Amino acid sequence: METTRITGERIKEYLEKGKRFDGRKPEEFREISVETGVSKKAEGSARVKIGKTEVIVGVKLNVTEPYPDSPNKGNLMVTSELLPLSSGRFEYGPPRFPAIELGRLIDRAIRESKFIQLEKLCIKEGEKVWGVFIDIYSINDDGNLIDAAGLGAIIALKTAKLPEYDEKNEKVIYGKLTNKKVPVSKEIPIVVTTHKIGDGIIVDPTIEEEDVSEARITVGGSVEGSLFSIQKGKSKEITIEDFNKILDVSEKTRKKVFSSIEKSLK
Amino acid sequence: MESKTKNKIERQVVIPGEVITKGEDYLPGEGTEKVGDEIIAIRYGLAEESNRLVRVISLSGIYEPRKGNLVIGKVENITFYGWVIDLDSPETSFLHLQEVPKYINKGGLNEVLDIGDMVVAKVLDITSRGIDLTIKSRGLGKIDEGIIIKVNSNKVPRIIGKGGSMINTIKEESECNITVGQNGLIWIKGNNVEDELLVKKAIMFVAEKSFMHGLTDELKEWFKKEKEKK
Amino acid sequence: MKMATKTFKRPDGRKADEIRPMQAKVGIVPNADGSALFSFGDTIAIAAVYGPKKMHPQHQQDPEKGTLRCRYNMLSFSVDDRIRPGPSRRSTEISKITEWALEPSLLIKRYPNMVVDVHVNILQANASTRCAGINAASMALAHAGIPMKNIVSSVSIGKLDKNLVVDLDKEEEDFKEGEGSTDIPITMTPKGEVTHIQLDGRITKEQLKEAIELARKSTKEIYEVQKKALKESITT
Repeated sequence: METTRITGERIKEYLEKGKRFDGRKPEEFREISVETGVSKKAEGSARVKIGKTEVIVGVKLNVTEPYPDSPNKGNLMVTSELLPLSSGRFEYGPPRFPAIELGRLIDRAIRESKFIQLEKLCIKEGEKVWGVFIDIYSINDDGNLIDAAGLGAIIALKTAKLPEYDEKNEKVIYGKLTNKKVPVSKEIPIVVTTHKIGDGIIVDPTIEEEDVSEARITVGGSVEGSLFSIQKGKSKEITIEDFNKILDVSEKTRKKVFSSIEKSLK
Repeated sequence: MESKTKNKIERQVVIPGEVITKGEDYLPGEGTEKVGDEIIAIRYGLAEESNRLVRVISLSGIYEPRKGNLVIGKVENITFYGWVIDLDSPETSFLHLQEVPKYINKGGLNEVLDIGDMVVAKVLDITSRGIDLTIKSRGLGKIDEGIIIKVNSNKVPRIIGKGGSMINTIKEESECNITVGQNGLIWIKGNNVEDELLVKKAIMFVAEKSFMHGLTDELKEWFKKEKEKK
Repeated sequence: MKMATKTFKRPDGRKADEIRPMQAKVGIVPNADGSALFSFGDTIAIAAVYGPKKMHPQHQQDPEKGTLRCRYNMLSFSVDDRIRPGPSRRSTEISKITEWALEPSLLIKRYPNMVVDVHVNILQANASTRCAGINAASMALAHAGIPMKNIVSSVSIGKLDKNLVVDLDKEEEDFKEGEGSTDIPITMTPKGEVTHIQLDGRITKEQLKEAIELARKSTKEIYEVQKKALKESITT
């Protein structure tokens, strides 16, 4: 059942005093836990839990033709599935908007930040390049799947290694990983979504808070201060003041989130 | 050959298909089935015996409505004759115009209960079409404010406790009004949000430890610790 | 009972009747009404149950009893060659097989017009994925409080050349010597009733009967693992 209107009023009321139901401050994230190498057939994989929200992200590589407009760069494709397993609200069938949006949000943050050094994934210009697939799956939705997905993607990429490539027979030998890591840049894109509930601004909503949120802004940026991707979601308008505050909150939170997952990025 | 002494049945966790006991000493109750001379669990939960009746207490599963049950639901739809209420259970439930203690114009249903409103009701009847509700008695009607939480309906007896012992402890310690729907929806209304959230936490505490012994005492200890934290 | 000869060596060194190390856990998806994980070695399946709930679309409702609906899906990175996300003919068939394997045990006649949705996802595949999925689904259904006669247990019996073995892994599935590899996934109730059986390969009637005997023994072992996981998840 969706969060009831009266509970929503309480959430707003409480937030006006700067408090949240689970005792967190408005700019506080739930506990983040990270596990890498959770799917051995993937060239890189990660399980990220933010509170009870859980996602699994896998990186697969293949050797293929480059896209015509980038003959000397590797390919990148990010997909996301909101598995019916993870919530009674997700129905079986082709991906609907929320799943599509999530994939595209993470895609933009990774692509625009040039986190993956695609030029280094060229094998033979115009003919053969490495293709990188990032597949995101929700395992339990208790709010904020977007940010969990973003973390899962960068951690899976950071730990991903290239499989052996038999050039003569033009075959990838899966199961045999080289020691070559997928080339990634030092500047890491962190995705943080900020929500507006009543007059309050929070990060990392639980599913209850997400239900009553009126507007959200997803920002992909680095701790060095660059912003790569922004998307406003949901139907309520926000003032410029709100927006500026949101940018500040994103920046602060991004740094905190980064330090809590730094270990997994080594 | 009949046994002269009853084989005692220990409280134990059982899975579907497990034989709880054999012989003619006991009768199959809820969550069990008699096959031959064996009483077998057909649900996952805690098997226990009282007054010769063997039953399995589940902690999961859907709400099975009974006449007279107090329930809490959300108005999902308004028709000419009443309101379709969502009890977060698979059956459809309906509150007919006539079951409201008020005269209502045929255009004015939404003024009494609008879509999204929460209501405390009683199960009047269960038919093949679904559940018929009423809000004609005292204490029933639209919910004005507070917090609504959801627990599995199978845990409601534990949250209420023997003779209300558990829920009364929570009410006293928090000074909140708490209405527990048999369908697992619970309405909490207090003087401030902190008290309401304390109740929510307490109920989740009881729900998680449903099968533990001495839970009422543990709950009292828990309240002491929570209040010290403040 | 003839089994693998003493000189036959399985690629990973296991004994002929040895199942890979199993892992079983319930409650892994907090949102679900019931959920479980089950693994045979490197094959990991998770299952989540939602229901009974109103069946949608309405025209699929059965007014005489509840419906079981299973969906099997492999995560794209669960295998060496990435699987394009979305259903395939194989996953559609396995979804139905899973339904048939589980249905005989369910007592859902009392839930007309309702559906029990079971979602099985394979996180990592090293053969026997449908068996791991059925094992996880069975536990998840019990965990969800669905009334059942019993839980079921599933295992793949293999024939490598002329030798019968239990719990095939991928290397064994690809076995090419002699008569090659034959795969026989079987699901049984604790009483030994067969709720699912498939065959893929080449085998004589006599050896198939032996294979079923082997499955009987193995599913008993698996049942104990599933039972333990369910029991341990409740603290008294």
